[in-house]
Amino acid sequence: MDGIHDMGGMHGFGKVEPEPNEPVFHAKWEGRCFALNRAMGYAGLWTIDKSRAAREELPPDVYLASSYYKKWELGLENLVVELGLAGADEIAAGHALRPGQALKRKLAAAEVPKTLTRGSFARPAAAAARFKPGDRVRTKNIHPATHTRLPRYARGRVGVVEALRGCHVFPDTVAVGKGENPQWLYTVLFEGRELWGENGEPSLRVSIEAFEPYLEPA
Amino acid sequence: MQLRVRALETVLAEKGYIDPAALDTIIEAYETKVGPHNGARVVAKAWSDPAFKRALIEDASKAVLALGLMNRVGDHLIAVENTPKLHNMIVCTLCSCYPWEVLGLPPVWYKSAPYRSRAVNDPRGVLADFGVTLPAGTDIRVWDSTAETRFIVLPMRPPGTEGWSEDKLAALVTRDSMIGTGLPKNPKEVS
Repeated sequence: MDGIHDMGGMHGFGKVEPEPNEPVFHAKWEGRCFALNRAMGYAGLWTIDKSRAAREELPPDVYLASSYYKKWELGLENLVVELGLAGADEIAAGHALRPGQALKRKLAAAEVPKTLTRGSFARPAAAAARFKPGDRVRTKNIHPATHTRLPRYARGRVGVVEALRGCHVFPDTVAVGKGENPQWLYTVLFEGRELWGENGEPSLRVSIEAFEPYLEPA
Repeated sequence: MQLRVRALETVLAEKGYIDPAALDTIIEAYETKVGPHNGARVVAKAWSDPAFKRALIEDASKAVLALGLMNRVGDHLIAVENTPKLHNMIVCTLCSCYPWEVLGLPPVWYKSAPYRSRAVNDPRGVLADFGVTLPAGTDIRVWDSTAETRFIVLPMRPPGTEGWSEDKLAALVTRDSMIGTGLPKNPKEVS
């Protein structure tokens, strides 16, 4: 979706402000919220892309005004309500008003260490890769209203395939419940001028990780 | 926010979906075990051991796994090397993708609108915000983490560190130097 989350190249957000000696969490609730998301993710009811989509679908003013972990809280609230795991009335009350559903998995403390490793997103390929390193490609000019990982600033641009990264779960379909639909993934490199025209620094180069359906030969 | 998060946690726990003790363990792990000290070990090893460096550039997931620092790393870690002619910088313009296993959870600025918007069109300006100026002959390459591949920058080993142990070298490796928004510390700062 062409949402506020797709920030690459936007102007007006000001300077980057590094924080010396930054703590991992700035408040207790940030840690709880983070861990709550991890624990619910473990139940296997949604994928990482579905949880990203839940945050992207927050209204733009809410997205911009919310801290990172506040977005995680709001995204998780929306997901559990959307999937019928809990009611908005229960979250407002701060207590369960009805019994829960039986879930496939529940994360126990002893199992936490193994969840510190990210799962693999590589999947067997249904067909040979269409492109190879060195190929010139053009990204498609797509504007799906649902989740995609092709950023706006890199649509309709000509770049060069730098590397083939394997065949991976396709975010655009898995986020909308249409299956993993594995696709070849490439690193595609663009010249700064191709992305930003005369405003781009001539020596700048930017790459994206692009799934095969985003690309056509150039 | 504290009340709101507690409300959600209480509901999900009462429903039997989550175990609050597991949440405690997750928080503790990310506050103590997972962090940029892991990445610093990887960089120090690459600076000290040419065979490891080759293996790291070839397949970072495999090389880091062999180092035995952590339980395991994800399958899609990629190490990118800085040289006098090329400086690498990592961003996720769409959300906040970051190599958790080697760097821990991302800092607030990495997830912020200013960084996500400007890293891809004004990386030199972003570096200036960090007080970093690159030589004019050093080109910048930005990696936008738009899929499940994750990147770690292998910064250049500072001169004047010949013969240093891996432990001593690791103390020079800052988190920001592995994202590409900083450089390793000056050896004089730690010797």
